[in-house]
Formats: sequence, C-alpha cells, structure tokens
Amino acid sequence: MNTIKLKSTVAHICLIIASLFFIIPFLWMLSTSLKPITQVFSFPPEWIPKPFQWSNFKDAIEEIPFWTYLSNTVVITIISTLGAVLSCPLVAYSFAKLQWKGRNVLFGLTLAVMMIPGQVTMIPLFLLFNKIGWVGTPLPLIVPSFFGIPLYIFLLRQFFLGLPDSLRDAAKIDGASEWRIYWQIMLPLAKSAVLSVGLFQLMASWTDFIGPLLYLTNETSYTLSLGLQQFQSAKGSEWNLMMAVSTIMTLPIIVLFFFLQKKFIEGITFSGIKG
Amino acid sequence: MARTEKAISKTSVNPRSVPKKKTKIKKGYAGWLFASPWIIGLLLFYALPVVSSLYFSFTTYSILQPGDFIGFKNYSDLIHDHLFWKSIGNTVYFAVIFVPLSIIFGVALAMMLNMRVKGMSIYRTVFFLPTLVPQVALAVLWMWLLNPGFGLVNGMLDKIGISGPAWLGSETWSKPSLIFMSLWGIGQAVVIYLAGLGDISNEYYEAAEVDGANWFQRTFYITLPLLTPVIFYNLVMGVIGAFQQFTLPYTLTQGSGKPNNSLTFYVSYLYDNGFKYFKMGYASAMAWILFIIIMILTLLIFWSSKRWVHYQGK
Repeated sequence: MNTIKLKSTVAHICLIIASLFFIIPFLWMLSTSLKPITQVFSFPPEWIPKPFQWSNFKDAIEEIPFWTYLSNTVVITIISTLGAVLSCPLVAYSFAKLQWKGRNVLFGLTLAVMMIPGQVTMIPLFLLFNKIGWVGTPLPLIVPSFFGIPLYIFLLRQFFLGLPDSLRDAAKIDGASEWRIYWQIMLPLAKSAVLSVGLFQLMASWTDFIGPLLYLTNETSYTLSLGLQQFQSAKGSEWNLMMAVSTIMTLPIIVLFFFLQKKFIEGITFSGIKG
Repeated sequence: MARTEKAISKTSVNPRSVPKKKTKIKKGYAGWLFASPWIIGLLLFYALPVVSSLYFSFTTYSILQPGDFIGFKNYSDLIHDHLFWKSIGNTVYFAVIFVPLSIIFGVALAMMLNMRVKGMSIYRTVFFLPTLVPQVALAVLWMWLLNPGFGLVNGMLDKIGISGPAWLGSETWSKPSLIFMSLWGIGQAVVIYLAGLGDISNEYYEAAEVDGANWFQRTFYITLPLLTPVIFYNLVMGVIGAFQQFTLPYTLTQGSGKPNNSLTFYVSYLYDNGFKYFKMGYASAMAWILFIIIMILTLLIFWSSKRWVHYQGK
C-alpha cells in the first residue's frame, strides 16, 4: 500500500516538473499581456502585474487594424475549410468505393504528389496566380482547397475503405443514384473523419504564415499571423501589447480545443497510424 | 426487413437485366465525375507547377523577365554559393539535434503520461496546449522569453547565479534557442506515441511479470521495441519537417536570418532567392535539390527500418 502511494507521489512530482516547462511560457504570456510597459522592463522579472492593466488588450486592438485582420483570417479559414470538407470526401469516396477506369493510376499520382515538398510548386503557383491577377487577393489561399488536398483525400479514402459495401449495394438495389448513396448514406457515416479533416484545415488555415506572406501584399488583406509578424517588426519592444495580440490569436484555438478535445486527439492519431 | 422485401419485389418486378451494361458505364462515369475536382486540382495546382518548376530550374527566369535556358548553370552556381552551403549546414544542424531530441523527449513524455495516476487528463492537456499556439505567436512569445535583458529565462538563470547568453542574438545560441522552442511544441508527436503505447498488447507485460522482469527490462525489451513503428513514423515526419523549417526563423529574424545568417535555413534562403531577389530559376533549382535531399533521406530511413522497426506479432 505504502509503496503504491510513494510511486504515485513520485509520478506526480515528475509530471508536475515536466508540466512546468509547458505551462510557464503560457503564464508568462498572460502575465506580460497585463503589465504596464514600465513593469515589462523590470529585472529580475516579476510575475504579478502591478496594476493589472486590462486596457493593454484594448490598446493592442486599436494599435493594429485588428478587426480587419481578424475578419480576413476568419473569412479565409471558413471558406477554405468548407472547400476541403466538400471536395476531399467526394474524391476520397470515388477512390475507395467507385469503379472507374484510371482510378488506380490517379490514386498512385495522388500519393506521389503528397511526397513533393510544397517549395517545389510554390514558385510556379505564384507565377500562375500572378498571371491571372490573384496576387494581392485571398483567392490563392481559398480556391485550391475546393479542388482537393492530397493528404486529406488519402486519409478519407482509408476511412471509406473501412465502411462495408453492403450498405451501398442495398441502396443500389433500392434504385438510389450514386449521388444519393454518397450524400445520404456514406457521407453521414464518415462524419467523424470529415470533421477531423475539417479541423486540420481549420488549424492550418488559421495559423498559416507563408501563404499570406506570399499572396497578401496589401495591408488591408493581412491575416492575424501576418499582422502579428508585421507588428513585431515595427514595434519590437511593446512586449505587453504583443503578448496581448498573441493571447487573442491563440485563445480561439484553445477554446475550440476544449470543446473538441477528443476530435483533436483522434485526428492526430488517425493520421499517424493510417498514414 | 421491409427494406429487403421492397428491394426483392423491385428486382423481381422490374426486369433489370437489360440496363446492366448501361449501369456499368454509368458507374464509371460517376467515378470520374466525383473525382473531377481533384483531377482538375491535380493538373492545375500540382502537375503543371511541378513540371514548370523543373523547367524554370534550368533557366534564369524571374518575374520581371522571361529568362533564358541555361542548362545546369543554376545547379553549378549553387555549388559555389557560400550562403547555400551555410543554409544547408544550419538546416542539418537543426535536424540532427532536434529530431533525436524530439524522439527521446517525446517517448519519455508519452511514457510518463501513460502512467495510471489521478488527474492524468489535466497533465495531458497541459503538454498539448503549446501545439495550439500559431507559429508566429510562438516565435514572438519565445523572443520575449529569451530576451537577453528582460526575458524570463535569463531572469531565472540570474537567480541561480548564471548570467544567461544573448540567445537569439548570439551566433552560438540562436539555433539551440530554436531547438528549445521547437521542443516546446512536440505535443502532437507525443499524442502519436501515446496511441502507440496504447496499442501494445497487455499480454507482453503479463508474461514479463510472470518472468519477474523489472521496470528497466520491461521498458527496453518490450515497450521501446514495440514502439518502433511509431518512432519510425515520427522520425520520417520530423526529418521532412526539419528540412522545411521556415516560419519560425523568418518571424524570429524578420526574414534576415541574423545574427550572421546563423538562422538562415534552407527554405529561408530559397524564399529570399525567389521572392526577394526574384531569381526564380535559381530558387527552383534549390527546390529540386531539397526534393532530392528529402527523397534520399526518406528512402534511407525506410531502408534502415528493416533492421530496427519491429511490428507486433512478427
């Protein structure tokens, strides 16, 4: 009995020490975001803001065109996520359950494309979007997701392969069209996998940096990532305000995480095991 | 029940033997139709750019002028480009230190988080939180933590009597700083290790207990060997990710790679060539070299995996 107690105490101590490494930067971010600027530059550093300067958040929002950045980020995130969850399951289903000529070749190509680093396509894509006048608009960050993303197609295909054919056959005998079978039977069954993919795309889009850096040349079209980076370049010493912006930018994801905790973990394991 | 009856009556009443061939054609048609967004996407956003990128890598293409075909000149110029080699050196430095450390810490952390103690879900949440911080925010946060004069890290070091280095301002410490902050975000890999630990059948541990194996033996003869498939996955992903490092060093240095180009990574230099100097042919050649490097490393890891990756039941 006593050794068990000792063991669990030791375990807790180890876990708490490890946790400190992960939690302290967060607490430091919060603490700094509430400090007056004079206290930010006190050495040795102090933990408790004196006084709690909540107006930092207001100031930070006013110092940069925060609402513009936020709405740009939200629009890009939502539309590109929508594009991914509409196109990827459809293509994945076709790869997994439908018979057609050239399917295996195309699937092989999809796998091959997954291995090509994004840097290879980056320059020609930029030139392509430049030619059609999309540079400076968010379109290059939104439109491609409607045409499928190879990793998600692959993951969803694996998921569809695991669904029984009997359902499809039964619906077929009932005379349902291929579209109805997909939309009303198979897609609802894949809901959780589609949600995982949606979450991936949402996170990727929200935190994307290189995409906005390449394509959003106009300050009024900046996203939060790009805005924060610019703010940091321009006013590198206003750490309290920068920590406030960082907090605001991270908070929505953390809130989302607390609602969809299981989904986050499932998604990562799913991609890790299947991929 | 009703459904099958309906189905049977339907098939028997409606003679469906004739349109059989027709449905087969129709079936193929549906497949193409469903896949058509991706067929377009694959051609437009992948195939075409890959082919043009390869072509550009043999030209002096820039956005300002069409450029001339110059054969392998970009590639041979790269070999004599001092900064190119420096960027490879920095990238390899990061990969060689970060990837093994991330595996050691990741596995150790996963094993700790796999213990049966109260409140584990809280601990698991805590270590996962950093992965939710956007990269730019992560960079800004760590710039502040590692601030030489007023940062928390040097403040804590000062308390125990060490005067901390300039971290990101020092040529020696800039890459280790990057490694620290990257280790802070290893939560995703840990989640995969945790899933791997959960997949190890309990029978192995029961058998080991019967044989009187201690913790050390259980860890090194059961847990770690059976975790190798997951380690393998994280190794491949880690190496690929390390070679594509961009956002963190860019944000940390405002794109300059300072001090003294110690944070100029491979992709940072590629970006500079392509979008700062508009040497797009040169940058394309770099992209293809990157592709080849990643390919070779991945193949090497796959090839070596036969010797050290063990699957359960084999």
